[in-house]
Amino acid sequence: MTQQEKNYKTIVIGVSAGGLEALSTILPALPQDFSMAVAVVQHMKEDGDNYLPEYLNRKCRLNVLEAKEKYSLKSGSIYIAPPGYHLLIERDFTLSLTVDPPVCYSRPSIDVLFETAADAYGQSLIGVVLTGANIDGSKGLKKIRKKGGLAIVQKPDTAEAQAMPSSAIEIAGADHILPLTGIGPFLKELGRIK
Amino acid sequence: MKNPDKTEQIEIDMLLETIYRQRGYDFRNYARASLERRVRTQMDSFGLKYISELIPYMLYDDATFDSFLRNMSITVTDMFRDPHFFKALRTQVIPNFAALPYIKIWCAGCATGEEVYSLAIILKEVGLYDRCQIYATDYNTNSLDIAKNGQYPLDKMKQFITNYNKAGGNKIFGDYYHARYNFVKLHKGIREKIVFSHHNLVSDSVFGEMNLILCRNVLIYFNQILQNRVFTLFNESLANGGFLCLGTRESLEFSSLEPLYKKELVKQKIFRKK
Ligand SMILES: C[S@@+](CC[C@H](N)C(=O)[O-])C[C@H]1O[C@@H](n2cnc3c(N)ncnc32)[C@H](O)[C@@H]1O
Repeated sequence: MTQQEKNYKTIVIGVSAGGLEALSTILPALPQDFSMAVAVVQHMKEDGDNYLPEYLNRKCRLNVLEAKEKYSLKSGSIYIAPPGYHLLIERDFTLSLTVDPPVCYSRPSIDVLFETAADAYGQSLIGVVLTGANIDGSKGLKKIRKKGGLAIVQKPDTAEAQAMPSSAIEIAGADHILPLTGIGPFLKELGRIK
Repeated sequence: MKNPDKTEQIEIDMLLETIYRQRGYDFRNYARASLERRVRTQMDSFGLKYISELIPYMLYDDATFDSFLRNMSITVTDMFRDPHFFKALRTQVIPNFAALPYIKIWCAGCATGEEVYSLAIILKEVGLYDRCQIYATDYNTNSLDIAKNGQYPLDKMKQFITNYNKAGGNKIFGDYYHARYNFVKLHKGIREKIVFSHHNLVSDSVFGEMNLILCRNVLIYFNQILQNRVFTLFNESLANGGFLCLGTRESLEFSSLEPLYKKELVKQKIFRKK
């Protein structure tokens, strides 16, 4: 089976420093009839208010909301992890939250989302690692690839902080290394094939 | 062809079944993804290759089972965690109790006690503590011991004090404890009305006629079946007009009991039994 024929169901995105701009570039590129669900971990201060879903919702054609526990992932919706909670995906494609200790100094942690999503979706998952100043996401992306999913990493020299995408490429490798502006259109293409 | 994923699911099911039948702890209806992560971490730390290799320990080795059980329970907590919640509790819930001769409170899943002591401090400051009886329960005996002791690392105090002030505390937080080396111990006056005891939300029964139940950041670890069981337990334990407080990201939304409750404070996840 070629990559283009695979039936991808869900995209998980991990992003840290520089995330607001990166997400504002990628997510508005996704069209109204997009065929996948999107779950996002953006590192942020734990006790802050979660302004991100509302902010992105205004910019996007798709519905952007804060991830709530026990909600089923729906295609065409974008779920953002709440600050201070890990976001996980169950095998029945519902969302879970926990207050387990931080992973890679982060809660939500990208690895936690990616690893559980890989278990739930196997080869119908796409993992995307974007700009950031730590190494969260590398282990998770490795697991996504191991389970047959597709790995996309932002080209480090287009990232506000290069450490996270560089580490992902080094530890997990990538199927596609794309500049920031190329990721949205690429996902749009993948979301077209049914 | 064998599917490794399916094999692992069988192994986890067998492990949970063994723990339930041999040890009486029922994790079968916990939310699965985080439970799996914890099981795998323990498997790795024991240097094992397969999850099923944990099963003999659960059957035969008490000490290993005890440490396994401790690691299954996530005891992460703070004093005045989510200060906005405690502020709402102080200003909008607790005043409802002023006319009661006797106030009964249950803090379920109290972990190492920080949450229930935060509540005690508020009750003290508003002058109602002497009329309270507070039950604080958890299934983790280890954290209950820490809770009973009321002693916490000194280096956590800075965060606690910040939270306390944000939660509307208006006294000097330092007056509630004394420092000993690297620890602080809460004064007896804060601890005296709290009874800590072992209670498993999965299998144990109701507490009677509570005016307030706090159960925060526990239900997120359960699947819907178990959440419903626990909501029923709380419903039977609450007096009419009593308050149920959940964690900031928890809700009654998927429970058939929702219609029986008024959403007293939506954002703070405070519900009132009609
Ligand atoms: C993350 S802590 C929450 C502590 C505190 N309520 C807070 O919000 O800060 C979760 C607690 O729930 C307890 N717990 C988990 N399953 C339980 C059960 N079946 N019965 C009683 N307590 C349980 C754990 O032992 C742990 O102490």
